[in-house]
Amino acid sequence: MSFEVPEDRQYLATHEWVHHEDGSVRIGISDFAQDELGDVVFVEFPAVGEELQADEELGVIESIKAVSDLYAPVSGEVIATNDDLLDVPELVNEDPYDEGWMVELDPADDAASDELLSAAEYREQIE
Amino acid sequence: MTARKPPLYDAHTDRGAKLTEFGGWEMPVQFDSINTEHESVRESVGKFDVSHMGQIEARGPDAVSLTDRLVTNDVGGIEPGRADYGAITDSEGTMLDDAITYRLDDERVLFVPNAGHDEEMAERWRTYCEEWGLDAEIENATTDWAMVAVQGPDAEDLAATVTNTGDGNEAVVRDLGHFSVTSVTVAGTECLLAHTGYTGEDGFELLCPTADAGSVWETLDCQPCGLGARDTLRIEAGLLLSGQDFDPETDPRDPYAAGIGFAVDLDTDFIGRDALREVERDGPEERLTGFSLLDRGVPRHGYPITDDEGTGIGTVTSGTMSPSLGEPIGLGYLPARYATGETDGEIAVVIRGEAKRARVRTPPFIDA
Repeated sequence: MSFEVPEDRQYLATHEWVHHEDGSVRIGISDFAQDELGDVVFVEFPAVGEELQADEELGVIESIKAVSDLYAPVSGEVIATNDDLLDVPELVNEDPYDEGWMVELDPADDAASDELLSAAEYREQIE
Repeated sequence: MTARKPPLYDAHTDRGAKLTEFGGWEMPVQFDSINTEHESVRESVGKFDVSHMGQIEARGPDAVSLTDRLVTNDVGGIEPGRADYGAITDSEGTMLDDAITYRLDDERVLFVPNAGHDEEMAERWRTYCEEWGLDAEIENATTDWAMVAVQGPDAEDLAATVTNTGDGNEAVVRDLGHFSVTSVTVAGTECLLAHTGYTGEDGFELLCPTADAGSVWETLDCQPCGLGARDTLRIEAGLLLSGQDFDPETDPRDPYAAGIGFAVDLDTDFIGRDALREVERDGPEERLTGFSLLDRGVPRHGYPITDDEGTGIGTVTSGTMSPSLGEPIGLGYLPARYATGETDGEIAVVIRGEAKRARVRTPPFIDA
């Protein structure tokens, strides 16, 4: 089985993706991660305005069979959450890289993280 | 310890199933998606490999009376060709397991304990057979049989089609009463076909010799379903899962507390009867109670349940996001007044430290 790993973003070993937008970063989970979890039925995100450190819990994703934590890939302030997922959590399964995005952060100035993997590095990890 | 593999193991991995360890068996948890599989069973038909379930056969002049004395229901009163659901209890009335017992003929009984309980149950039967000086032979036939469940509103059509070999088998399927069992030929193999299931839908369970499991499975042309959907379906139907909704070690319960008092016949003599007579007279202190969440969240096994003032009153034994209803539902043991409607039914489930409002609801959660 092969999973999509778009080149336009970076990844965490814990299967989150990070996409750099204009000045902010958008975060979601990878195609591999949504497949592992199975049908996503519930998401929970921090409130907009909350300040988070890298590796801090950024939310909870629950599928029918499992509970999984989402981690902040970089430090920063939560500036948006994908509230569509509250009603239609299956978007995470259907479109993990676009409509299934989860949280948007305004990264702190010193937010550079060396833990982020390139698409190629992440692909290697899941193969 | 290595997990036991069902006879259909290779077929499942070839089909791309995700596997999980359950009751000492490596079983498919999902083939495509739990929601898809669940919906197939509610809307049309799905098939499950349930070969992890045990098969114990008792044969001989005393096979029926031995089983009758070890199971809460009236096995002696089951007509040959019929089946009945009951519990296996100890002398204190604690449920060790639950099982469907098939009366195959006058001197032959087959019962189906849960995954991982087969050897313990076979041993229990042998021990009491000897202790009571009865004449029966007990065989743990779990590895001789594969078991496939075909469940859903179209299960009868499918079962009738695959058994239609021009010898009247089809009519046998169509006329088979609920909780009846008969022999049929499927894919050239003689199978036992029982009108039973664990999903809240109409359906059948097929027992076939291990060697023929592959051809029987292939012949049943419908959505394969894993243990994930089996769990969401049985929770919606309010059916118990041994080891989760009761467990002699970690959560000892009697059949009345577990809501299966209907499977206890106090007029028959069985181990645990005296204790259960008292429970029946006084009523259980706690009962397995259904609920649905009013707040967002997914109740899961082990989460605390409180009253509406935050006082602990129980624990979730089973819970899920119901695929059919789109709402979170669950089961848990609560003081009996909640199940009997003597409260306003307002409770809460504590999820990651937060109280989520919930309301008591009588299972089944779907029209079963």
